[in-house]
Amino acid sequence: MQPTQDVLIPEVIQQIPLTYYLILSTVLFIIGIIGVLTRRNAIIIFMSIELMLNAVNLLLIAFSSYKSDSAGQVFVFFIMAVAAAEVSVGLAIIVMIYRNTRSIDVGLLNKLKW
Amino acid sequence: MTEFLAFFKTLTPTGYLFLLLTALTVISAMGVVTARNPIYSVLALIATFFCLSGHYILLNAQFLAAVNIIVYAGAIMVLFLFTIMFLNLRREDEEAKTNLTKIASVIVGGTLMVMLIMIFRAKSSQLPVGSTVGFEPNTGMVENLGHLLYGSYILPFELASVLFLIAMVGAVMLGKREAGDRHF
Repeated sequence: MQPTQDVLIPEVIQQIPLTYYLILSTVLFIIGIIGVLTRRNAIIIFMSIELMLNAVNLLLIAFSSYKSDSAGQVFVFFIMAVAAAEVSVGLAIIVMIYRNTRSIDVGLLNKLKW
Repeated sequence: MTEFLAFFKTLTPTGYLFLLLTALTVISAMGVVTARNPIYSVLALIATFFCLSGHYILLNAQFLAAVNIIVYAGAIMVLFLFTIMFLNLRREDEEAKTNLTKIASVIVGGTLMVMLIMIFRAKSSQLPVGSTVGFEPNTGMVENLGHLLYGSYILPFELASVLFLIAMVGAVMLGKREAGDRHF
């Protein structure tokens, strides 16, 4: 019984500690944060946000696989659904900004700045 | 360092595949942030999503790997490319942010990263090694997820359709041209 059970566990889970996935998704998240802070192009800022969402997705899937609990993967499914809705509305807003200011530089939108 | 080398020697091809995919993911994610041309940014993001799907397959989450490619690399990225195409963003002038701002934000991000990694690697927060006793290998299979999705998570699943309807109406509302507006 024991040997067959060992075979069924994916090799990555046997070899790679969960901490490595934690570090990978931290790095992806930080790259997303740096993108939001350094770029001025609204579309690239939006893509950096997508990168952060995906870092969190990877972490959820890693935890759910290591603990063999499917609920985490259902959660990722919902995050993807919400991200799709969010992207469609966000891009519509960016198109509207472009129509009004002829640019998608977020530096021009400074009415809320104090 | 020697500890890492020792770890390196215990790996089988799957372990090397993990390390290779990790390196590719991080490099293409950096490409998203550093590329001058938005088109290259989108292409790098698509590469990142494919690498992440590879990670999902390694983690035995086949369903989500497929959904990730279909939804992210397929639908969302096409939407981004479309927007870039018809806004005709070829100028690479902008980037008026000063070097000071850039250095400051990289320092802030780096500090946060070092802090988080230190926390995750601390002895007191070491994660217990997953017990292999009650391990279920088919966690990420379609059958298993479908039972859960249409069982305990049926209400959020139905509410997602309402969310999509609202998002669709909102996108059409925002994107529609008013009577006197310019086309683009």
